[in-house]
Amino acid sequence: MSTRHDAHVLIVGGGATGAGLAHDLALRGLRVTLVDRGELTSGTTGRHHGLLHSGARYAVGDREAGVECVRESTTLRRIAPGSFECNDGLFVAVCDEDLEYLEPLVDGCTGAGIPVQRLTAQEALRLEPNLNPELKAAVRVPDATVDPMRLVLRFFATARHNGAEILPYMEVTGLLVHDGLVSGAEVHDHVTGKTGAVHADLVVNAAGPWSGKVAAMAGTSVPIAPSPGVLLALRGRFCNMVINRMHKSGDGDIVVPQRGLSIVGTTSWVVEDPDDLTVPEDHVERMYTEGSKLIPALRHAARRAAWSAARPLVGSTGAATGRELSRTFQTFDHRERDGVESFVTITGGKSTTLRGMAELCADVVCRKLDVDEPCRTHETVLLPHTAYYSSLAA
Amino acid sequence: MSEPADTRRFRVFRYKRGDGGERFDEFDVPVGPHSTVLDALRWIQLHRDSSLTLRHSCLHASCGCCGMQVDGREELACVCSVQDHGAQITVEPLANLPILTDLVVEMSGFFARFPHEHPIIRSSEAPADVERGEGIESQHAEVVLQTDITLHHHPLHHLHGAAPPGADFMRLEDCIECGLCLSACPIAATSQEYVGPAALAAAERLLEEPRGVKREDVLAWASRPEAVWRCHVGFECTKACPTDAIPAERIMALRRELMFDGNEGKDAKR
Repeated sequence: MSTRHDAHVLIVGGGATGAGLAHDLALRGLRVTLVDRGELTSGTTGRHHGLLHSGARYAVGDREAGVECVRESTTLRRIAPGSFECNDGLFVAVCDEDLEYLEPLVDGCTGAGIPVQRLTAQEALRLEPNLNPELKAAVRVPDATVDPMRLVLRFFATARHNGAEILPYMEVTGLLVHDGLVSGAEVHDHVTGKTGAVHADLVVNAAGPWSGKVAAMAGTSVPIAPSPGVLLALRGRFCNMVINRMHKSGDGDIVVPQRGLSIVGTTSWVVEDPDDLTVPEDHVERMYTEGSKLIPALRHAARRAAWSAARPLVGSTGAATGRELSRTFQTFDHRERDGVESFVTITGGKSTTLRGMAELCADVVCRKLDVDEPCRTHETVLLPHTAYYSSLAA
Repeated sequence: MSEPADTRRFRVFRYKRGDGGERFDEFDVPVGPHSTVLDALRWIQLHRDSSLTLRHSCLHASCGCCGMQVDGREELACVCSVQDHGAQITVEPLANLPILTDLVVEMSGFFARFPHEHPIIRSSEAPADVERGEGIESQHAEVVLQTDITLHHHPLHHLHGAAPPGADFMRLEDCIECGLCLSACPIAATSQEYVGPAALAAAERLLEEPRGVKREDVLAWASRPEAVWRCHVGFECTKACPTDAIPAERIMALRRELMFDGNEGKDAKR
């Protein structure tokens, strides 16, 4: 534990981004308060399919994201033991056209430092007997799966253990801004029904697809496109490994086992309001169609749930489908962008890279607050998710 | 939500610590053929009353956050179809845990009941079996791989045909710690001390797959007065369980272990 610092940081948003940052700043000895209008991980984080990316999905088109993923997923396995189904993943070619992606995929993974192994159709079927028997070839990569909420709760549990104040059901209704300086937030406490204020030396906007709304409270803007996707949970665990389609990122290109369910993801479009997400039935049907090309039995599997989640993608807001936007993250210092001091937005990224995102953002925060403490999150083993609740009881 | 097909009246339990009393608020909500109770509650938050507070995260019965009572039955709101209910639907928080606000209960009391060691990763079984085409099995012969490429180093001997598919794979436990079983349990309603079905089922999982935990410690924990012998075998827990973690059977298995210590049938009388 580092020396305590007086600097007080308010984080708006209790998803993966806020969790990583609260943990990082608490370890560096800062005073941290994190608020979310609802339950932790209720926005985007909790809704993802549960893939811990090896980076292979990005290795061909976005090597930077692939390198980030392999580095961060390796680190997460070390600091969050017991949270991952480390069963690897397969990229499978189900038609001759898919085979055109084989060499670029193997080259991309090799270039990004992602372990990769070619399998014949027979070898892949031996590992996963429910795969499409017509498959042409497969590539094995170190994908893993995770319970999205419980991994992130480990960050919250550890942050709280190190002194951070974590406040779900506390909605930010406005930011305190005077003469171009942000000094905290007006909040509404949904537990007591009362309103109040949280004062801080610096406010970090970690509201994911809602970060545009929070930025606007300080008269600033961020180039965020809320990009929803539909996911489908089917009854039955049809595979133990993550099954990816061997072609470039597209609709219904992944099946992720999760407990007794198989999750098929996903589609991608762009919306204005991340609160008002629909689940178009034609997207659900597309998940059935594309998913069953990988595992034919999914065609007749019973639907457990279909839902939408909005990714916070960084880019121009004019994007059409969201697929062309980078999956990497960005930190915006609003002094540089808008002339507003003590206000930072961190957004973009994905759960696999939450620790690395937090480290870079915490570096910016510490520089602005004149705190000289190194990041320690890569070497700090996280408390179990249940410690989040036992710290509440204490 | 899909195209609204009809409207349902939701009676929703409300409680805010600051303003004292408990009450029910009523909302008319447009619903479609695939609408869930959670969809309806989020519609109320968005369009009628943003102070309505509830827990949700994954939206597909995997996180266990959105447990509540719907028309008196324990449900995960995210997979509770509105079409399975009538024109008026009553929504209340889970029972047998303290209410924090509205539909939110304090889960710390739930987790405090569990045995100390409580891993969530276990060995996986073979995946759900499906009809496979003729001839696929015969292609499996003579597969030999030399290297182990994973970050996690699990062996690949099943590629040689030595072990069934599923061997060496890991998976998350079925129990999603949602509290539905505790809310449904008639014994938990009469005793705050009773550890309840989820905690006992977790203990039985530790006997099945100890993962470093001492068997005698688990048995000592389970045989305390507030543990396994308090169950009256109502099976409400198994009925309520949304992930088929079958807590009641695990409680019975735990009793057998305590009675016979693994020697059941060894001293047959005839």
